Amino acid sequence: MKALTLAATTFIAASAAAADTPELTVYAGDYFTSEWGPGPVIEKGFEEFCNCDLVFSTGDLLPRLLLEGERTKADIVIGLTSDVTAKARATGLFTTHGQDNGVLTLPIEWTDDTFLPFNYGHTAFMYNTTTMATPPASFEALLAMPDDIKIVIQDPRTSISGLALVLWVQSVYGDKAEEVWGKLAPKILTVTKDWSSSYGMFTDGEADMVLSYTTSPAYHMFAEDDQTKKAAIFPEGHYFMVETVGKIAATDQPELADMFMEYVVSEGFQKVIPSANWSLPSALPRAEWPEGWDQLDLPEKVLFYNETEAAAVQDQAIEAWRSALTQ
Amino acid sequence: MAQRADPVKRHLGLTAAVFTVAVVVLAAVGIATRIEPASGLGPGDWAAVRFTVHQALWSAGISVLLAIPVARALARRQFFGRGALVTVLGAPFILPVVVAVMGLLAVFGRNGWANVALDFFGLPPVSIYGFHGVVLAHVFFNLPLATRLLLQGWQSVPAERFRLAAQVRLTPWAMFRAVEWPLIRQIVPGVAALIFVICLTSFAVALTLGGGPRATTIELAIYQAFRFDFDLGRAALLSLTQLVLAGGAALLALWIIPMISVGGGQDRPLARWDGRTVSQRGLDVLFVGLAACFLLLPLFAVVLRGLIGMPLVPQVVWQATGASFIVAVISVLVLCLLALPMAGWIASKRSGGVEAVGLLGLSASPLMIGTGWFILINPVMNPADLALPVTALINALMALPFCLRILVPHLRDTMQDFGRLSAALGLRGWPLWRWVVLPRLAPQIGFAAGLTGALSMGDLGVIALFADADRATLPLQMYRLMGAYQMEAAAGAALILLVSALGIFWTCDAMGRRYASN
Repeated sequence: MKALTLAATTFIAASAAAADTPELTVYAGDYFTSEWGPGPVIEKGFEEFCNCDLVFSTGDLLPRLLLEGERTKADIVIGLTSDVTAKARATGLFTTHGQDNGVLTLPIEWTDDTFLPFNYGHTAFMYNTTTMATPPASFEALLAMPDDIKIVIQDPRTSISGLALVLWVQSVYGDKAEEVWGKLAPKILTVTKDWSSSYGMFTDGEADMVLSYTTSPAYHMFAEDDQTKKAAIFPEGHYFMVETVGKIAATDQPELADMFMEYVVSEGFQKVIPSANWSLPSALPRAEWPEGWDQLDLPEKVLFYNETEAAAVQDQAIEAWRSALTQ
Repeated sequence: MAQRADPVKRHLGLTAAVFTVAVVVLAAVGIATRIEPASGLGPGDWAAVRFTVHQALWSAGISVLLAIPVARALARRQFFGRGALVTVLGAPFILPVVVAVMGLLAVFGRNGWANVALDFFGLPPVSIYGFHGVVLAHVFFNLPLATRLLLQGWQSVPAERFRLAAQVRLTPWAMFRAVEWPLIRQIVPGVAALIFVICLTSFAVALTLGGGPRATTIELAIYQAFRFDFDLGRAALLSLTQLVLAGGAALLALWIIPMISVGGGQDRPLARWDGRTVSQRGLDVLFVGLAACFLLLPLFAVVLRGLIGMPLVPQVVWQATGASFIVAVISVLVLCLLALPMAGWIASKRSGGVEAVGLLGLSASPLMIGTGWFILINPVMNPADLALPVTALINALMALPFCLRILVPHLRDTMQDFGRLSAALGLRGWPLWRWVVLPRLAPQIGFAAGLTGALSMGDLGVIALFADADRATLPLQMYRLMGAYQMEAAAGAALILLVSALGIFWTCDAMGRRYASN
């Protein structure tokens, strides 16, 4: 037990090291602060002018907030996706974001004044041009593809992208969703717990297609100079995915928090988000996107359920998926 | 009844057991304080329960059945590299799930080596996805553990037995019935129960190799309830279901383990005269060869991918390696404090039922323990400050049942053989451990410590819930890399993980054996 106590004391001592400059605590998703995540760039950009210390604290965002409740140390929470905003809102921990939604350049209208989008993308099936010369040109074409084309997807019960997929199918096909899943079932190689495992199976060549994002090809194009990984674009539309920032009402750094919110929609932040997060900026006209990003294949039609609509159809959409795939 | 020697002061063992139960029960209490009214289990949940039990039974059964001939062959053969093989064969058990899956797919996947070979001979490809894939993966993970535990049993047979068997020229069948079968009967139920419980709590492997929602386990539903829906009531209900299943299996297995001792000897070095016919040799080579191929090829794939990714591994991964080492060392210390007194206490009892207490930590979902303790710690201090100690504690609890299974049988034999003599000499407490128990138990303690350290190194555990940016462990850092498209760097991190975990395992194991041989 001594070892435990000793270790605990060390950590407490380390964290108690007093800071002279004000500290802004930002809760972020797990991937956020890795060397290739957006965290380091955001921290550097903000600290250049805030005269403060931005401290990221990573972990499972929503479970952590719900567990901590009023005792949360967070001033800002970054990375809440639209499927959890309803639960996050219900905690009553958040206050208004204070920015003008009019500056947003999203493909959908955003009216929420609590959660401020900072990047977006869409669900998409990716393929490799070296192994698939003609990708499906529509969702219908995907359904009609031969069964030896193998797709790997994520579980809607354990992953956000998996959930977006079933909502995508639901929004395109409505009551026929289960039938559509029945047609997809023989092509689905397997279902993984999270996006990473699926994506690894795709890059390893285990699967022909993977459920990912319209922005995933950007990573390969710009970071690896690889033009062979592309997203198939369907005229039926693609499901919109957004990540948001929220301000904690009880923050002890309200000015800094406001300053951060302002920073999120500023050009400095928006211009780095594409290559830092491999996603599209939420408040930057397409003409000002970093070089090359306008070449990315993006859908004309965008589908989206807001949190209330999503809550209403979510169970039905997951059940359609589950029952068709367990036949 | 004659007075029996206490291998340890009983209250220490009792304290350790109570502590173990308290950690789990308090976590449950923590969750209970936050529960909202829960609905019962739905039809989907019952399907998950059925699937979970079904696959766990098959996985445990096949793992143990295959382990018997492999352990038998390893026990009676000496060959170059045998020690190294036995160590490396343990690796699948400590691999993080996602790494193991990638390794398995490199061999058995659609474009895997197995299918390339089949194609070369003009044979149709095989698909790994489905129920058989789940079992295959679980056998990959657990065959090494089963083999090691059985092998250890074989090696505990006194040398005199084999000498006598050779002198009276026992036929192979008579040899099996007289020496090996009692041994198998004593070890197999416990090992099978342990693997059953491990497979019971599997989820990402089952889902991926099972090919979709048909392979939904209870643990997946627990994960969904805790991390995704945040429905604590449902999560607690599901955790309880899992506990009952695991506890039932444990009690059943421990109840049917016969209370027989393989008997004492004079601690002579082991020599074997049996199994010298050509067909016996051939079979042994075949079993060891097949097991080695099955276990080593996916590992080889992991190593290959890792070497390619090594140059891309960022600095933070090395920091995380340091954090993981700290967690592993604390886990080993906690484990020793818990397992040794508990093993002593259990070994001094006639019935093995109390060993079920050890299984509590494994069968309770780590998510449940982690979440419960988060709720308990939160009002007092920032849970993130306790991230590493809590992870280490939970890892030690997870490893406890393995360690008890490793320690108890041998300790029980030692006490039966030397207990009365020690009692007559008035040897008790620490001197008893120092002169009688430790020298005989050192290999087992080393093995148990090594296993705990390695498991702790590779386990993602509950750190994700608690972790802070700079307190990430190696597995967590690896997942972060994967999340940021850095699949190759992640493969490099996986290799570092594999090497460090094996390193810890080998060091403890070798230290134990060296202490014993001195």
